[in-house]
Amino acid sequence: MEEIIQYLFSGITTGAIYAVIAVGLSMLYSSTELINFAHGEFVMVGAMGLVTLWVHLAWPLPLAIAGTIALGCALGLLFERFAIRTARSPQPIVLVIITVGASIFLRGLGMIAWGKDPFSVPPFSSHDSIEILGAALLPQSLWIVAAAVALAGGIHFFLKKSLTGKAMVACAVNKKAAWLTGIPSERMAVLAFAISTGCGAVAGIFIAPITMSSYDMGTILGLKGFCAAMIGGLGSLWGAFAGGILLGVLESLGAGLISSGLKDAIAFILLLLILYVRPGGLFSAKEAKRF
Amino acid sequence: MKKMTIALLILTLALLPATGAVAAPVYKIGGIFSSTGRASFLGDPEKKTMEMMVDKINAAGGIDGHMLEAVIYDSEGDPAKAVSAVNKLLHKDKVLAIIGPSTTPTTLAIVNFVERAQVPLISCAAGVKITSPVKPWVFKTAQSDLLAVAAVYQHIKAAGIKKIGILTVANSFGESGKNQLLTQAKENGIEVVKAESFGAKDTDMTAQLTKIKAAGPDAIVCWGTNPGPAVVAKNAKQLKIDIPLYQSHGVASPKFIELAGDAAEGIILPTGKILVTGLLDDSDAQKGILEGYQADYQGKYKGNVSGFGGYAYDAVNILAGALKGSGGDKNKIRAALEATQSHVGATGEFNFSDKDHNGLSPEAFVMVEIKDGTWKLIK
Repeated sequence: MEEIIQYLFSGITTGAIYAVIAVGLSMLYSSTELINFAHGEFVMVGAMGLVTLWVHLAWPLPLAIAGTIALGCALGLLFERFAIRTARSPQPIVLVIITVGASIFLRGLGMIAWGKDPFSVPPFSSHDSIEILGAALLPQSLWIVAAAVALAGGIHFFLKKSLTGKAMVACAVNKKAAWLTGIPSERMAVLAFAISTGCGAVAGIFIAPITMSSYDMGTILGLKGFCAAMIGGLGSLWGAFAGGILLGVLESLGAGLISSGLKDAIAFILLLLILYVRPGGLFSAKEAKRF
Repeated sequence: MKKMTIALLILTLALLPATGAVAAPVYKIGGIFSSTGRASFLGDPEKKTMEMMVDKINAAGGIDGHMLEAVIYDSEGDPAKAVSAVNKLLHKDKVLAIIGPSTTPTTLAIVNFVERAQVPLISCAAGVKITSPVKPWVFKTAQSDLLAVAAVYQHIKAAGIKKIGILTVANSFGESGKNQLLTQAKENGIEVVKAESFGAKDTDMTAQLTKIKAAGPDAIVCWGTNPGPAVVAKNAKQLKIDIPLYQSHGVASPKFIELAGDAAEGIILPTGKILVTGLLDDSDAQKGILEGYQADYQGKYKGNVSGFGGYAYDAVNILAGALKGSGGDKNKIRAALEATQSHVGATGEFNFSDKDHNGLSPEAFVMVEIKDGTWKLIK
């Protein structure tokens, strides 16, 4: 029993990490219909930015977090302006390939900027792990879950309640029609990119204390985040959130109860199963759309 | 006119190597290191050390009056690139012997080529499979994980521990370590109550540790390279697992202490002596050699030495010894390598024989404990 609770705790921790990444991916998809395969690299930028600003330059934590998020958003802006918008034939498949290229580019840039060695960051609050029913829960896990909930909630309200958010969704539904009603669709795309990559950076910031940060950490995290977003249903924020938690918990239970060798396979088996049964993902009523 | 130019060109090209060979009777030796790419932390110091040592030998008058020439290729840690490098060394450069490659997969990829061409190879990789079973032309200077596990088990037995749980990384380093941990456990009367693994880039190992903890071992042995084992150390502390944690030589660098922070305290691991040169007894035969190597390397490259560079250091020295009096005959070089006895190097004391082409004993490792953020030698 103790073990099961422990597996659940570690599952929720990793799941919340996947959830934050998936929320960022999903946010970009719901406003631009684009899947950004470089998203994992923005997580890396977040983690490494925190290492530089907080650990190396010794900025106060809130300032370092703000600075790192600003860095993530700024990189997203540059990415949209110089890689995505300049594409000569902006079909979805071309744009997806551009994002894959950008992920390789950013990884290389990260390697040059920070070197190949991993770095470690101390936890935000230096408390002992909390014991519940004989299982240990890390304070940093609470930080991560809180960040995931706040992000998903914030974006939800932004897209559903604010005028800018609604305009963004309108652009995703029909770019031309939105333009005819006077919505500056290009500016909306830029904004969506900045928010999404900022989310990536937030994920990196919060997970840095429990994982080690290195220039190549983004690839696998980006893939798992993508799985989580697909499982929940692309474009659905709360679906992405739930998909992340579900994936983390199943991975942890799988590693604990079946075999730890299977851990990474679980994400992809789960993804395949769900795509077979519900192509749109668990929380999306719509049929999956093909490009 | 055009034909004439081509004919002339071919003629000059054909004559070029001949004139080169007459000018100076050099001994050409090859090197294959992963000096860039994922395993560059292994290959880069090895390449630098080999270049430094060859310069040093040449400055001292070469070997029997022959200057050494090092032809070094970069394998980028890729077995396919190592194969193309070994083909160039064997057929184009016609080297007398080859040092490297840096990793076990790249070494295993080229073993058949050097065997067929009958050119001695001194590998700098750790895998047991390279020299066991013994292949006539293949030697290696890096300690095998066989010896690392033996050193760890000696310590575990001395501490009176009977039951252990093992946690290994899911790559060739961890798999090889796991094999050794399981086979040698039987020989040593140690019971492995649980064997778990983790992915090289996993961010959380609490599930595996919980499972091991539930099986009730007296100690945990983790086998991996950074950053995974640092996560294991942190997770073990968070789960309040207060049994001894052993790590492998794969994390024996200051970087591990930096990554694991407080959680590194009390961790016990085997390491080559190069990491703890300053702590060795003055009576230790390797101490002077290690200090000399360190001084040379720091003087030339401004970086700290690593055990990996030490493998190349030993390989060049052993090869230089075998080249003496061989007159460039590969069979004589091979025989001399196999007959190398009590050669004290940076890695340990080498005693090669026709049954052992690694030539090291578990004493090549010392056990250290991490105390107050630094290493403490366990006697």
